Amino acid sequence: MKRLLSGNEAVARGAWEAGVKVASAYPGTPSTEIVEEFARFPNVYAEWAPNEKVAVDVAVGAAYAGRRALAAMKHVGVNVAADAVFYASMTGIEAGLVIVTADDPEMHSSQNEQDNRRYARFARIPCLEPSDSQEAKDLVGVALDLSEQFDTPVFLRLTTRLCHSSSAVELTDGGESSAPRQPFPDKFPRNPAKYVMVPGNARKKHPVIEERVRQLARFAETFPFNRVEWRDRSLGIVTCGISYQYAREVFPQASILRLGMTYPVPAGLIGDFAAGVERLIVLEELDPFLEEEIRLLGIPCEGKSIFPLCGEFDPRVVRDSAIRAGLLPESARVPVAELEKPEIPARPPVLCPGCPHRALFHVLNKRKVPVAGDIGCYTLGLLPPLSAIHTCGCMGAGIGQAHGAAQAGLAERMVAVIGDSTFFHTGMPALLNVAYNRSNVITVILDNRTTGMTGHQHNPGTGYTLQLRETPPIELEPLVRALGIERVRTVPAFHVKALDETMKEFLQADGPSVLIARGECALLPEARKRWLPLEVMADRCNGCTMCFRIGCPAILKSDELDEKTQRPKARIDRLLCTGCEVCAQVCPRGAILFRDQVQGVQA
Amino acid sequence: MNKSYNFLLAGVGGQGTILASNLLAGVGLAAGFDVKKSEVHGMAQRGGSVNTHIRWDAERVYSPLIGLGEADMLLVFERAEALRYAAFLRPGGTAIVDEQTIVPITVTAGGAHYPTAEELAAVYGQLTDRLYVVPGSAIARELGNARIANVVLLGALSTFLEVSPEIWLQVIQARVPPRFVELNRQAFLRGRRAVAAGQSADQAG
Repeated sequence: MKRLLSGNEAVARGAWEAGVKVASAYPGTPSTEIVEEFARFPNVYAEWAPNEKVAVDVAVGAAYAGRRALAAMKHVGVNVAADAVFYASMTGIEAGLVIVTADDPEMHSSQNEQDNRRYARFARIPCLEPSDSQEAKDLVGVALDLSEQFDTPVFLRLTTRLCHSSSAVELTDGGESSAPRQPFPDKFPRNPAKYVMVPGNARKKHPVIEERVRQLARFAETFPFNRVEWRDRSLGIVTCGISYQYAREVFPQASILRLGMTYPVPAGLIGDFAAGVERLIVLEELDPFLEEEIRLLGIPCEGKSIFPLCGEFDPRVVRDSAIRAGLLPESARVPVAELEKPEIPARPPVLCPGCPHRALFHVLNKRKVPVAGDIGCYTLGLLPPLSAIHTCGCMGAGIGQAHGAAQAGLAERMVAVIGDSTFFHTGMPALLNVAYNRSNVITVILDNRTTGMTGHQHNPGTGYTLQLRETPPIELEPLVRALGIERVRTVPAFHVKALDETMKEFLQADGPSVLIARGECALLPEARKRWLPLEVMADRCNGCTMCFRIGCPAILKSDELDEKTQRPKARIDRLLCTGCEVCAQVCPRGAILFRDQVQGVQA
Repeated sequence: MNKSYNFLLAGVGGQGTILASNLLAGVGLAAGFDVKKSEVHGMAQRGGSVNTHIRWDAERVYSPLIGLGEADMLLVFERAEALRYAAFLRPGGTAIVDEQTIVPITVTAGGAHYPTAEELAAVYGQLTDRLYVVPGSAIARELGNARIANVVLLGALSTFLEVSPEIWLQVIQARVPPRFVELNRQAFLRGRRAVAAGQSADQAG
């Protein structure tokens, strides 16, 4: 039976079919759906960990305990998890361990486009790369077998385009594979020489993992997912991952060496391929990783001198680069119409109508304070008209940055904003530092009761696990107090005046403060039930634009102009408005009806 | 039957662009094509501009992405987005656009220009004489659910493809919750009629 599966769905399916029992992850685009989908299969344990480092430790623990395991994360999650990846490479495992890294060329939803194949080389672990959903499914099982055969964690590297593209996958009926594997004992291993990486043991292990790489390189020579497609021999292309699809699309006649394992590379296979073609090029997104590996073998090749280093490929990028380098004739170019077009308004992502972060950013903007931001929906508070985020680096960075700036002796008071899930991820140690080293940073925890940007995943504060078991919700106030912060105040996130007064008080207070702005994400099912569109009383509105300045997509300019000011009055899109009342609170003329007024009018 | 089709779908986050893409990809597979579909998740979905690429090929699809000038058909749920993605359409290709407008914050709070219906026609006029502006959202509101406009437009698109309406309806039925099947069926059929009505009006004119 064939079904269309996204790359992420295919990895989940492959993990289940290959007998993975434990999967742990922290949500992050483009990897989120992998463990989300895996969690739906029978007889598996899947969880959201507070961060990627914990996720890898959890998967390692399961693999030590003799159960096949998977950890999944976006590329920058591997930075968080790197410490765990490196020790796991040293110790090896009992049962198969696959670590999925979902890289994001083009930075569709990320702060950088690092190429995580570098980590495979860095940590001396093999890296597998599928080219479509079928291979994504198949390579999970292959990765687990390799993991057990070579006693190593295995990287499965995806990219956004592969994660979020769907193609046909052949499903094995009956699902979970019954392929016999070596039986694993039901006891945790007591093997300190292998699992306790004190220097004495680690020194003995280092040569072992270097030898493992050499053995893997020999294995790669006949690895079936490293495949030569001989066609015309005037051009030979070494490629991997999604780039293989562009190579086949743009160069239907060329010979191709497609590497399903990109670390370590097979010297003999590459040498034979190079000897069989007149011109050797490497087609790979992001870093010249294969190009450098091939050069290290002493084989001349071209890669980044032809194709871009930055950004994502598509057939046009590849074709135009190839024409420029003389690999394809000018006649291969697909013409692009030179259209005479009017200005097209930009449509950046925005805080949704009813977003619980809007009122806070309105207050921060009004008070003109410097704000260290973090990663989540609330990063969108940087956009005009709210314009109230001044840094965004990585998960958990904002609180530490604010503390550093405060300790540098600035006259301005620093504010850090961080979401609830990001606070659990890496915000907690940073807040502990603020309490321990006593800066007067004001930390705002935007508690929207979910993990918003990635699509409403549960987290330690929501009271449910990934597999929807009830669990005690971790309360922020006692947690923050336990970290050493005495001045803690929880304020309703939609209450403009309460937020503003609390901020005013905290700005004058000495020592660290935490403001918890609590309000549900408007897109959560429970919140949706409360949606009630507000109304503008046109006769009271004079077009003062105050409500436009909260940046709500549900507030539009009406065609009706105010007689005196000749400015357009406000109107509210009934399909978009949720009735959060932030606009009604900022309107100086009472022209926007509050919920009870709207209901009064309707009754 | 044509050997291959490249579709580009576009709209604003929340308009159902992704669901429409899933249906269109499913129809291709059911009709015997090899199919690939590519979409964006995450940040762009928060009210931003969303686009998906879908390719059907009787033999094999390689790239999941379509380049500029390579789409045979554009299906767009909003006017400004139709202008944003116009350059993807190959000369002489077919564009089906919902007359719906969703004014972005850059217009409300920033003073940017929102394109007129005449500007839409003028831009597409440089590429093709096959622009169909369909009242998808208006039909959806008539049917009692503004969010079904995506399926109305799929109905319109279906009239340009040699795949029987039965296959479309089977795929829709398999993909939507049971209580929405009848609504989706009506939306699809109204979409088919909307294009037929527009075409005969053109001929009469």
